[in-house]
Amino acid sequence: MSTIFILIAFAFVVAVALLVLKADAARDILVKASALIIAVLSIWLAVDFFGSGEDQWVYAMEGTHTLISNAMLVIETVLSVIVIYLGIKYKKYLASVFALIQAPTMIWFELTKGHHIHVANNIVIDRLSVIMILIVGIVGSLITVYATAYMKDFQHHFHGPDRRPFFFFLMFIFLSAMFGLVVSNNIVWMFFFWEITTLCSFFLIGYTKTEEAINNSFRQLILNLIGGLSFVVGILTLGIFYETLELSTLIAYGTAGMGALVVIPTIFLVIAGMTKAAQMPFHSWLLGAMVAPTPTSALLHSSTMVKAGVFLIIKLAPCLGMNMAGMMTMLVGGITFLLASFAAISQSNGKRLLAFSTIANLGLIVICGGIGTEAAVWAGIMLIIFHSITKSLMFLCVGTTEHQIGSRDIEDMDAMFAKLPRLATFMMVGIIGMFCAPMGMLVSKWAAMTAMIDSGNFILVAIICFGSAATAFYWTKWLGKLSAIVPGRENIEKNVPKEETLVHSMLVLMAIAVCLVFPLVSKAIVIPYISAIFGTSAVAALSSNNMIIMCIMLAVVLILVLLFYGKTNKKVVDIYMAGANMGDNLTYMGSMQTPMEQNLRNWYMESYFGEKKMDLIGVFATTAIICTVVAIAVGTILGVGGGF
Amino acid sequence: MSYVTKSPWVIHYDGSSCNGCDIEVLACLTPMYDVERFGIINTGNPKHADIFLVTGSVNEQNKTVVKQIYDQMPNPKVVVAIGICANNGGIFRECYNVMGGVDTVIPVDVYVPGCAARPEAIIDGVVKGLGVLAEKRAAMEAKATVEEITEKEEA
Amino acid sequence: MIKMIIAVLAYLILAPVVGGVLAGLDRIISARMQRKVGPPLFQPFYDVLKLMEKERITVNNAMDFYVGCFFLFVIVTGCFFFAGMDLLLVIFTLTLASVFLIVAAFSTGSAYPQLGAERELLQMMAYEPMVLITAVGFYLFNGSFNVSSIVNGSVLADGNVHMAFPYMIGIFVGFLYILTIKFRKSPFDLSMSHHAHQELVAGLKTEFSGKTLALVEIAHWYENVFLLGFVFLFFANGTILGYVIGIVACLITYFFETFIDNNFARMKWNVAINTAWVVALIGMVNIIVLYYL
Repeated sequence: MSTIFILIAFAFVVAVALLVLKADAARDILVKASALIIAVLSIWLAVDFFGSGEDQWVYAMEGTHTLISNAMLVIETVLSVIVIYLGIKYKKYLASVFALIQAPTMIWFELTKGHHIHVANNIVIDRLSVIMILIVGIVGSLITVYATAYMKDFQHHFHGPDRRPFFFFLMFIFLSAMFGLVVSNNIVWMFFFWEITTLCSFFLIGYTKTEEAINNSFRQLILNLIGGLSFVVGILTLGIFYETLELSTLIAYGTAGMGALVVIPTIFLVIAGMTKAAQMPFHSWLLGAMVAPTPTSALLHSSTMVKAGVFLIIKLAPCLGMNMAGMMTMLVGGITFLLASFAAISQSNGKRLLAFSTIANLGLIVICGGIGTEAAVWAGIMLIIFHSITKSLMFLCVGTTEHQIGSRDIEDMDAMFAKLPRLATFMMVGIIGMFCAPMGMLVSKWAAMTAMIDSGNFILVAIICFGSAATAFYWTKWLGKLSAIVPGRENIEKNVPKEETLVHSMLVLMAIAVCLVFPLVSKAIVIPYISAIFGTSAVAALSSNNMIIMCIMLAVVLILVLLFYGKTNKKVVDIYMAGANMGDNLTYMGSMQTPMEQNLRNWYMESYFGEKKMDLIGVFATTAIICTVVAIAVGTILGVGGGF
Repeated sequence: MSYVTKSPWVIHYDGSSCNGCDIEVLACLTPMYDVERFGIINTGNPKHADIFLVTGSVNEQNKTVVKQIYDQMPNPKVVVAIGICANNGGIFRECYNVMGGVDTVIPVDVYVPGCAARPEAIIDGVVKGLGVLAEKRAAMEAKATVEEITEKEEA
Repeated sequence: MIKMIIAVLAYLILAPVVGGVLAGLDRIISARMQRKVGPPLFQPFYDVLKLMEKERITVNNAMDFYVGCFFLFVIVTGCFFFAGMDLLLVIFTLTLASVFLIVAAFSTGSAYPQLGAERELLQMMAYEPMVLITAVGFYLFNGSFNVSSIVNGSVLADGNVHMAFPYMIGIFVGFLYILTIKFRKSPFDLSMSHHAHQELVAGLKTEFSGKTLALVEIAHWYENVFLLGFVFLFFANGTILGYVIGIVACLITYFFETFIDNNFARMKWNVAINTAWVVALIGMVNIIVLYYL
């Protein structure tokens, strides 16, 4: 019944224990054991929940409500003080200013108005929450296991104080906060967990304490504090004008077709979601976050924390659609998806490419939330599931690659198949999983596409058509780079730590398994969720025929790979090098009778899709949209609330 | 029946030469002589080619290239040496760096004389080459059959 | 169901025949346009049969697998199309097939195929928006993505069945434009072509030889037939007359592409992406029109 509280508390306790535990071996054991326990508990929770057959589990928590709220307020205040202090210490005054505005406002609201608002249900678990719990609980704990091995290597290369206890402390605090976030129905509680994830991310980005890391961590903090501020305004308007602090009440307005009525708090909450989901113009923090150790990038900046942003937007989907909030969400998500996909083409740094692709995919999910129809929400949830698994796989693979070949540059990965065949195969599965039929991301994108067409918004149609073309381009060129077979390289697979390989394999299996069973996931979880929320009998955005065909195609590809891949009975000959191959397939005889090495490079099309250009256009356009909408909202608030 | 003769794809290489024969080979592709009507395509890729047309003599520097292009052509394949330079070195024969005709490096099946070889002669040479190609194909098949039988017997 | 199976079987058996004959016609017509005689009509078949007879060689143990998958999925794409399934499913499967071909070229580790593969990839990016827009156009016009529904024409407000062509003329022009890329004709025969051998040997297919190359050729025949199927959809309205117009339109389209091929030089890759995307934007204008139809 109360597994969720055990989960939150357990992750918290483990975090504190890890902070004091200094010995490597003990930490390894503790992390692995708790990761296993968290994963098992989340699965248990899911089994329990779906077994009960109920739409949601509701926890009123009448008795402890005040206590918890006050405790949260105290912690929040303490954290604000820390932020203000750090802001002054590192001369990033903007962070301090935002914290200075945010904290007193929240305290004032909590102590006066908020205190009197009755909250019926503080915690609500529904199917979407359970999906998120599964993602956080399974993918998240796999990443912590990976981190045990990775951070050992990292510490080995890194010449600074060993702050790993703090690192693992943050990882588990983050898991705890995520569990809290996805089940909070009381929006003030959600805000508390929301700010904790922001701070975890802040400390993790600044982990190495180099100048770059500190700058980027503050960038993250400042941008997310803007989001936090927007969240506060959302809470305030919701509390003051609608006399409620419950997410479910807000959503109920939307499902009753009165989304336009609650458009103002929705706007501010959506903007908060966009900052966390790294939508333009706030996206630069996610790119900067790539200085953090790779498990951080995998856990926070691709598979889970950024999903908190889209989680909120998908939750609010019934309130969006063809109103001001919905239009803003669609356009900002759409512009982000398109331009981030373009910018990804110009990236040769593997982690940055993944970052852009993450931004783009989050943009796609944001569009789905913005459209707010049943089909769009279906696509959005499917995208969340597939993206979490596949993207964490990609990040962890790049992390291992970086440690093994000493570079995260895609151009250096052309001999991967000879050096690290298993890892290269995993990455190829990941890449195929990100964009190509018959894997899940494509299927969900397909559903998203039909939802966009049906939304009647032709700008979105253009965006998805051009955006998918760009997506296919940058993934395929990476795939090609990986698949290139270059002779004469030593196999260094044995250097990869066992834990890392284990986690990779688990994620690959999950990525494939989820694709194979997704018609079931759709039928058993997503459709009931949508039906419950929208109060209609929803159907999947894709016909079950199409879904089954995709599954069969995947099975066929798998069988083909297992049966035929890498087998040939033909004579293997040298490649063509205009008749001057020196016999090793790598060098040719140059015109001055000197051996020359053949060097192949990918296309990056800087003049078309340069990052700076895309940034400029995107930031300008999205800022204009958001500012306009916020201005209208503020004007309305001032007009209505003139008297208070 | 073998289809090799119906679809001869050629690759053309020009060694040490005055480029006369080189031009004449290309002339064969023009509407005037139109070798495409025999299904001939100038591929420029040894891996796709059936017939290797060499003009000019072979020298110390290009002998490895000629050899490699020949080696990279899948069997059955035919070499046609076009023009006197390709046949035996021609006027370059006595040069310090020239080895002589193409047959000093790779086996030649058809010799087309001339300085420069006329397009009609070249086409004639290629057609002769087709006959050799068919023979080689037949030999390949026979060899494969023999191997198959021996394999069966061994089993 | 039975109709569907017959259509798929017919495609499987007839497409390579039709595709091969079309390729032969193309070569004859091209030759005549250049005042040459041209090869026999069945030359493409002779070429493929010859390739089957050649020595079996490869450059590594993975390339043939990828090419095999390309071949398989091109055929599967066509089968989906002629079975009357979802247009988007068809497009996505075709993308999968193209990805296999590109990966096959990359896997060789050889310069010319990689250069060709990069160009092929660029072409893919150039034509993909327009292909998707075409599918969206059919959906908006017909209300369904299913080929089986589109092929029967659409009932408009006046209660009559209409063919898509007059309403989707902008999309048709756009599709015709990218068809030049898909058919690998000049000015966009950038990635693999006999004619470009001074520049990139045989591009993407440089390292393919013998049977592998034959598979690629046959796959192109299948692909071409199914692409003409797209053209056919613009004219089909469920009647015999519609079918006749559709088939004639396919033939004219094919002739037109040959004509373009012979009248243009190969252009730089920039031209391909710049113009194809501009054309796709024109297609978008047609989409907006369809929204308000």
